[in-house]
Amino acid sequence: MNMGNALYLPTCLCDPPQFHNLQELRHSASLANKVFIQRDYSEGTTCRFQTKFPSELESRIEKTLFEDTVKTLNNYYAEAEKIGGQSYLEGCLACTTAYLIFLCMETRYEKVLKKIAKYIQEQNEKIYAPRGLLITDPIERGMRVIEISIYEDRSSSGSSSGSSSVSSSTAR
Amino acid sequence: MHLGVSESMRECEYSQISTRSSTPMETPYKKRTPKKRKWESFPGRNKFFCDGRIMMAKQTGVFYLTLVLILLTCGLFFTFDCPFLALQLTPVIPVIGGVLFIFVLGTLLRTSFSDPGVLPRASPDEAADLERQIDVANGSTGYRPPPRTKEIVINGQTVKLKYCFTCKIFRPPRASHCSLCDNCVERFDHHCPWVGNCVGRRNYRFFYMFIVSLSFLTIFIFAFVITHIILRSHRSGFLNALKDSPVVVCFFSVWSIVGLSGFHTYLISSNQTTNEDIKGSWSSKKGKDNYNPYSHGNIFANCCAALCGPLPPSLIDRRGFIQSDTPQLAPPTNGITMYGATQSQQSHMCDQDQCIQSTKFVLQAATTPLLQQHSSEPVILTASHENGGTLPGRASLVLGGPCTSLPLGQPTPPTSTSSLSCHEPADMLPIHGHSHGLQEPVAHHHYLTPEEVPSPPGMLPCGSPMGHNHTIQAGFYDPASQDSLHEDSVRGLVKLSSV
Repeated sequence: MNMGNALYLPTCLCDPPQFHNLQELRHSASLANKVFIQRDYSEGTTCRFQTKFPSELESRIEKTLFEDTVKTLNNYYAEAEKIGGQSYLEGCLACTTAYLIFLCMETRYEKVLKKIAKYIQEQNEKIYAPRGLLITDPIERGMRVIEISIYEDRSSSGSSSGSSSVSSSTAR
Repeated sequence: MHLGVSESMRECEYSQISTRSSTPMETPYKKRTPKKRKWESFPGRNKFFCDGRIMMAKQTGVFYLTLVLILLTCGLFFTFDCPFLALQLTPVIPVIGGVLFIFVLGTLLRTSFSDPGVLPRASPDEAADLERQIDVANGSTGYRPPPRTKEIVINGQTVKLKYCFTCKIFRPPRASHCSLCDNCVERFDHHCPWVGNCVGRRNYRFFYMFIVSLSFLTIFIFAFVITHIILRSHRSGFLNALKDSPVVVCFFSVWSIVGLSGFHTYLISSNQTTNEDIKGSWSSKKGKDNYNPYSHGNIFANCCAALCGPLPPSLIDRRGFIQSDTPQLAPPTNGITMYGATQSQQSHMCDQDQCIQSTKFVLQAATTPLLQQHSSEPVILTASHENGGTLPGRASLVLGGPCTSLPLGQPTPPTSTSSLSCHEPADMLPIHGHSHGLQEPVAHHHYLTPEEVPSPPGMLPCGSPMGHNHTIQAGFYDPASQDSLHEDSVRGLVKLSSV
């Protein structure tokens, strides 16, 4: 349909699907699919994510890179939730100060969450965005899933929708 | 008919122009509505104060009673007994009393005002993905909705994860859905009306410290009031002394509070929640091999973990601002996937506001396996006509049939989950009867209640141009050619109604 193509001219850059940075990814691509990496509860309620490689990402990214990312995230979460000397000290100190100490200092968990956010940002910039993928920080999804958004360049999605319109018109 | 088509097409052309001429897509949207914080549109039944900093359950009457009782008892103690005791015995008594009182109040307020560990509800994409996985796992098992549980093995014990129909997630182990607050809470212990909040992972230690310090405080007050009476009765007689001090208030609360502290001390040392203890999930009576997979092995480790472990952050981000421009996936699965790409086009083509509204509604509706999902079909289907898809009208006419049968389908989720869901309210009643002496009316909210499901009239305003198109399109199509797609959509609808 002419209308469909006409719309895409101003927005479509007609570039090959290469995303060199996150900004490009967000503005010039359209969301094609989302993959959700679920939690792994085999060791209890501590935060761990499954390292199973989802089939939708097979064509997009190498298995080792993906597994590295998830394993590093798991390690970070384990560090945040570790029950040891430091966490006891923090807990006792907080209790004696009636938890007022957290007005000036942040908890260990929050410090690790900041590290995680930085790590995810870095991974997105270096590894995932160039492949048209975007990882969403699990904290924004209630620590239930790691959401990986799969983007496609708008020119390619335009052609795919064009083909679907062709198929629907032939169905007529 | 032609007029109708060109009108609708012109409408879309007009919308196209307006989209192109407008500067960044978000600004017109943002200008219209001020930034809202997330707590303002929180789906659970909670009350928020101080711009989202304080979070409580809906019914807070009993909490105020607790506050009044504590303040009254301590007030009377400090006014009537302390002067005498400070003079006769030692001034340390009021000081200790004061410290205990402040500690009790602090922990009470901390328990009541903090987020117990509420799990945010699934985003539409997540819910749709889960639904897809469940369908794949179960195959087409007919119209009976599948029981939604997942079995996992934790440290050698098999644990069943239940699916929460309200929050659209598989609940993590030890999480439970509080029907009073209408939220899933992590490591759910119980809903405490005295504290006016749920007791869960994030505020359990404060709750424990509250009841322990309150036990000490009540024993302290009780002991010194008795001392006061005894000392006074040496002088002026027993009855006179009794009239000067507030003994009775303390007497009953001491036993129940001390009992509750003892019970929770036991729970902490064995790393169980009240929920699990009531159900006897880890009791050895259930089987020789039944043990608690969460226990750290010894009492000391369990206590330390519960009381001094790291405090997880709140997952619901009450004070964050609502992001109105998060990209969402095109919708649903069962038999109507071909409209997916056209759906994403629709959001670009038409007027931003309407399209965002209708797209979001469609996505919401797509994940809600009920009647309303079908009334949203016209929105998807007619939008695709712009790409030359002229089939929608016919399919939308078909909706009349399945739609009427859906109300019958609606009650099925409760029957399938009734065995799963009736535990929680049953759990809470004995607790209330036993330790708090209060009966709470409990309602099942494990299936979608009418207020949760998006209502058809609500979508009409945003869907109206589409709706208008679809009625015009109705008589326009060649029936014979629509059959395959008609079949697809009917199959899809039938599958949806079976969920």
